[in-house]
Amino acid sequence: MNIQISLQIAKTHLLTKKKQTLIAMLGVTFGIAMFIVMISFIKGVNKFLEDSALDATPHVRIYKEITSNHPSLIEEANPKAFNVIHHQLPKNELANIKNGLQIVANIEKDPAVLGVSPQIGSQVFFNKGPIPVAGQIAGVDILKEDKLYSIKRRVKSGSMEALLSNPNGILMGTILARNLNVKVGDKLTITTPTGNLKLVKVVGIYGFGIQTVDGVRCYANMSMVQEILQKDKSYVTDIHIKMKDSQAAIDYAKVLKNQYRYQTQDWAEANSAFMTGDKIRNAMVIIVSITLLVVAGFGIYNIMNMNVINKMKDIAILKATGFAGKDIVAVFLIQSIIIGVLGACLGLLIGFSLSYLLSITPFDAGDFLAVKTFPVIFNIKYYIMGLAFGVITTILAGYMPARKASKIDPVAILRG
Amino acid sequence: MKVLSASHINKYFYEPEKFQVLKNISFEVRKGEFLSLVGKSGCGKSTLLYILSTMDTDYEGILEMNGEKLTGKTQDQLAAFRNEHLGFVFQFHFLLPEFTVLQNVMLPALKLGKYSAKEVEERAYQKLKLVDMDGHALKQSSKLSGGQQQRVAIARALINDPTIIMGDEPTGNLDKKNSEIVFNIFKQIAHENHQTIITVTHDPDFAKGCDRIIEMSDGQIIKS
Repeated sequence: MNIQISLQIAKTHLLTKKKQTLIAMLGVTFGIAMFIVMISFIKGVNKFLEDSALDATPHVRIYKEITSNHPSLIEEANPKAFNVIHHQLPKNELANIKNGLQIVANIEKDPAVLGVSPQIGSQVFFNKGPIPVAGQIAGVDILKEDKLYSIKRRVKSGSMEALLSNPNGILMGTILARNLNVKVGDKLTITTPTGNLKLVKVVGIYGFGIQTVDGVRCYANMSMVQEILQKDKSYVTDIHIKMKDSQAAIDYAKVLKNQYRYQTQDWAEANSAFMTGDKIRNAMVIIVSITLLVVAGFGIYNIMNMNVINKMKDIAILKATGFAGKDIVAVFLIQSIIIGVLGACLGLLIGFSLSYLLSITPFDAGDFLAVKTFPVIFNIKYYIMGLAFGVITTILAGYMPARKASKIDPVAILRG
Repeated sequence: MKVLSASHINKYFYEPEKFQVLKNISFEVRKGEFLSLVGKSGCGKSTLLYILSTMDTDYEGILEMNGEKLTGKTQDQLAAFRNEHLGFVFQFHFLLPEFTVLQNVMLPALKLGKYSAKEVEERAYQKLKLVDMDGHALKQSSKLSGGQQQRVAIARALINDPTIIMGDEPTGNLDKKNSEIVFNIFKQIAHENHQTIITVTHDPDFAKGCDRIIEMSDGQIIKS
């Protein structure tokens, strides 16, 4: 088979019907451009949501689960009997992790771990004026916490270090501070669930850009939280871990669970709503892209089909003068491929321009998300995929008319 | 030396009902012969020509050309055979309209791939000169008159120096003057280049000038 000659014929056919060629091309161009814009944007949104979720959640959290689902004394004493227990209540047990600080020290030694932060978490009320506002307080070693969540970078006013020199200081989330109308230097009272009161001073205000954190959480020193909860110096309720590789955290959580016999939760589990959203958006991209490409494919199929019908005489002539079926297939398939490749390249270019425009378009998400423009990802992978999709679609759409052309019986046409 | 032999060719049409078009046709053609197939419309002469052309493979019997048995070969093998050994001239000239005259003539040779593109171009000019069309080489083929197109089609048929040139009423669509030109070119090819020519014709003047006439009637050869 002589590709060169088929290529030359294909080229001549395309160039003599410039308008038709252009229209077929634009179909592919439009499909690919939309594919690029959509995938870049939706992947950008996914990445942004994942990042902001990951920013505020540990890769692995170790905690103690308080549950009523424990074997009762009767069952332990009389395991073979038919025991009925109504309204079983949780045991009066501490929510702490025994030897928490020791576990922290052990995990810190693992080279795959970026940082470990022990915490004491508790629900509290913030009292400023008559109405108590519900929130959470986290007693932390702020330097360790900073290593996990870069608190220092997120402090909007005041300073993170002030917490170290002020035993009764707290760092407050921006939305909570706004609701309570407090500024750095203001004092307010916090009330624990057990009824203890404590006067604390706001030494800094931070913002993660996530409502569920900024609107409820305060950071304080471990010793102060231990004091208001009336617990000892080794009382720790949570251990937060950040890994160097977030994907490794999912397996590491299981290892820790087996090792220390405490409940663990990895980031994917903690953000399962986000992850489901991810999957749905990804599925949407694929469905819409396939639809667009199928439409473009039908466009090419139609145009190539008409092309073949218009060129019946030429095909008969080529066959009479010694062109084999595969040469004819090549002539028409090459046309489709040229249309596909040029259309797809143009589509990539337009797709890139549109995604760039989108990425610099201002977008106000309010307090909920810390984002100023639409999140868009520029990844060469999507462009390669777009090109591949475009070319594959056009080859499929072009092959059927090309095969039809190769099956034309020259005798029927030449005899008239 | 025989270049073509057809033996016991039978052909049926099945639409609208079974009908035998060719009945046990056998004949041979020698090298350098200028042969005409004549007969009334519907006698099967065109059908026979398209069987000889190898494009119609739905027949019974055996067809040999150049000492090669062609019956039973695949379409692609036959295409390659046509490319190298056969040239065609049709009634309605059938040039590719998007291509220039020169490109039309060159295409079968480029397909054969025996010569480089440069040599093919040179040979195409020679063939065009033979039919006195070399002055129009770079024109779009659709811009030519009917007679001119037919001469270009002859040049195209000659480009690979085929053993046999077949014509389906090559002068059927031309005026007297152009018919004469075409006839003279054919005669020259047969007698000077010793290439075999087989044409179907309705034109009695054209047939009279040939070396040999095969007359057909009702699917049989009645005079040869």
